[in-house]
Amino acid sequence: MDLAFTKEEVAFREEVRAFLRDNVPATTRQKMIEGRHLSKDEMVAWWRILNKKGWGVSHWPKEYGGTGWSSVQHYIFNEELQAYPAPAPLAFGVSMVGPVIYTFGNEAQKKQYLPRIANVDDWWCQGFSEPGSGSDLASLKTKAERKGDKWIINGQKTWTTLAQYADMIFCLCRTDPSAKKQTGISFIVFSMKSKGVTVRPIQTIDGGHEVNEVFFDDVEVPYENLIGEENKGWDYAKFLLGNERTGIARVGVSKERIRRIKDLASKVESAGKPMMEDQAFREKLAAVEIELKALELTQLRVVADEGKHGKGKPNPASSVLKIKGSEIQQATTELLMEVIGPFAAPFDEHADDGSNEAMEWTAQIAPSYFNNRKVSIYGGSNEIQRNIITKAVLGL
Amino acid sequence: MDFDLSEEQRLLKESVEGLLGDAYDFDRRKKYMKEPGGWSKAIWGRFAEQGLLGLPFAEGDGGFGAGAVETMIVMEALGRALVVEPYLTTVVIGGGFLRHGGSAAQKEAHIPAIIDGSKTLAFAQLEKNSRYDLADVATSAKKKGDGWVIDGEKFVVLNGEAADTFIVTARTKGGQRDAGGVGVFLVPANARGIAKKGYPTQDGLHGADVTFTGVEVGADAAIGDPENALPLIERVVDEARTALCAEAVGLMDESLKTTVEYLKTRKQFGVPIGSFQTLQHRAADMFVAVEQARSMSMFATMATDFEDAKERATAVAAAKVQIGKSGKFVGQQSIQLHGGIGMTMEAAIGHYFKRLTMIENTYGDTEYHLRRVTAGGGLV
Repeated sequence: MDLAFTKEEVAFREEVRAFLRDNVPATTRQKMIEGRHLSKDEMVAWWRILNKKGWGVSHWPKEYGGTGWSSVQHYIFNEELQAYPAPAPLAFGVSMVGPVIYTFGNEAQKKQYLPRIANVDDWWCQGFSEPGSGSDLASLKTKAERKGDKWIINGQKTWTTLAQYADMIFCLCRTDPSAKKQTGISFIVFSMKSKGVTVRPIQTIDGGHEVNEVFFDDVEVPYENLIGEENKGWDYAKFLLGNERTGIARVGVSKERIRRIKDLASKVESAGKPMMEDQAFREKLAAVEIELKALELTQLRVVADEGKHGKGKPNPASSVLKIKGSEIQQATTELLMEVIGPFAAPFDEHADDGSNEAMEWTAQIAPSYFNNRKVSIYGGSNEIQRNIITKAVLGL
Repeated sequence: MDFDLSEEQRLLKESVEGLLGDAYDFDRRKKYMKEPGGWSKAIWGRFAEQGLLGLPFAEGDGGFGAGAVETMIVMEALGRALVVEPYLTTVVIGGGFLRHGGSAAQKEAHIPAIIDGSKTLAFAQLEKNSRYDLADVATSAKKKGDGWVIDGEKFVVLNGEAADTFIVTARTKGGQRDAGGVGVFLVPANARGIAKKGYPTQDGLHGADVTFTGVEVGADAAIGDPENALPLIERVVDEARTALCAEAVGLMDESLKTTVEYLKTRKQFGVPIGSFQTLQHRAADMFVAVEQARSMSMFATMATDFEDAKERATAVAAAKVQIGKSGKFVGQQSIQLHGGIGMTMEAAIGHYFKRLTMIENTYGDTEYHLRRVTAGGGLV
């Protein structure tokens, strides 16, 4: 048992840090620090820099452009990205559909899609949730009917993150209406530019436009866009959701935010002294820091375990990561709200495009707080996570 | 970075758990508690036989030269079995003072007797007004000739009745709360001028209030610098806190296991109560609390070797906060999920809760350690 990173791992961390320092565009970093929205071009520009370096799809197998890093190196890389901060690779392509394609797709699909995912030539979005299918995802109704060499797709997806930027969608569709709910689903990918695809924005309580409704009205998709086998889509979806167990804790994000809290609390005065000198406030902050340290250690335990024993058998502690990670992210946004106090009020109506440069960055604090309520809902709500612990770990 | 136990550590874990599985259960524990001093000499003898009492001591002193991880393994197992024998006060604290501050002669006089099980120790530190402040010492040690005369009152001295030797904190100079001027002294329990009032504690251990009236000891009684022993005390007490964190993880593990077992077997409304989602989610939250506590117990254990004393102290304090919170939650919810049976002396679960509760209040509670973390500048 040894907490220390090896010399090689420490050197690797330095290498990542130096790369970020030299290559992340300054405005991109500054916007992230201030919690402002990045434009599509800003994100894509950065991801192409990362891809050119060979780190765009770091966890993929080497033959598809991955790095061959150890679990610990991946952990370090992700933490440094989050802490710098710089945008993490687009999860929908790199972490979600990419691994499904290289694991279950055919050679033609691998050749066609993987390099474009790596370079973000295609922006991918995820067609899973539907208005009637949230936590009970397998009840989804969007239908794909086979007609000759085509699929005809009809239905509606929702909560589709950044669909307004998307070129491609990976979609769970019901292909056998007579089968039991999990068994009649297929995993189909297609262009968002297809005829019959309509994207309608959903404005969230923070005022932002992150998620969308997507409608499919007789969308024609080539049959070969089916990934893997027909009616096996649920297995691929489970594979996809289980793939990223450790990133979900977002320890680096919370660390970065705590530094921001400390910085801001040293400047904001209350009763004639900086908030940071208020003992009650400091204790509240310290309590979150302790939770975060515990989570970081829990995450390292999972990472070390995966590195040693493979990803096959998940460490029971991994189900802790989502619950605690989201609670801590929310707690940090609450503390930022507390620091800024009454000055949280001004609302930036142009936060999405950043056109109102006169707005103070502190106008992003309340939206960030509102927006972060989502983290305990998405990716399997925290209540679903408790169900998983109940069944898979406690055997109840 | 590696969280797995080495082959030797795994064997140690198996052997301690084997011993306790064989010799310790809830009913026998009740018997052990009734023996003189509040614990079993026979069990202590078996600890000695298996080498547990010599684990942390250097090989040159007759020990095994084991580290903090080995202590963690043992303490977790002791927690799991709800052991009442004085491992913490004798091996972790007593042993800690001797290892980190003892002279060659002091080591020779005490360590072999600790290792072979013939001697146990007690740490006489708490005073009426000191609460958790280790520097707050009113008990005095005054120079007399070459030696010292100790006067003062110490409270809730664990293993105070059975111990052969006290390790006493006493002020050699300065004001009651000064960081400087605190010494640590080895005092034979049968020295003239010592009066003890023993009692069982809430969690089934044994304590004593001990009065020192004109107790005379030699110059060789002082461990380390008699005028500046606070850094030594802080180091040893941090190790004791770390050991308590590990014990608490064992207690929480067992509490959760017992509770989940109960949820599976107890039937109401014709079904196991574990089929109710509200109870399932409570149990899931207990699991989260235990895992977070386990992580912080490991963190404190590994912090034992941190070079920087302040960093080490902050890490241990943070761990104690996590253990305090998790322990309270797991302990209280274990009782709640057991329902009425959890309220009875007869069921083991309540005793786990009581031990967890007392651990929170030993060497600094959650609030105290939260302040220490803020004083240390936090963790991020």
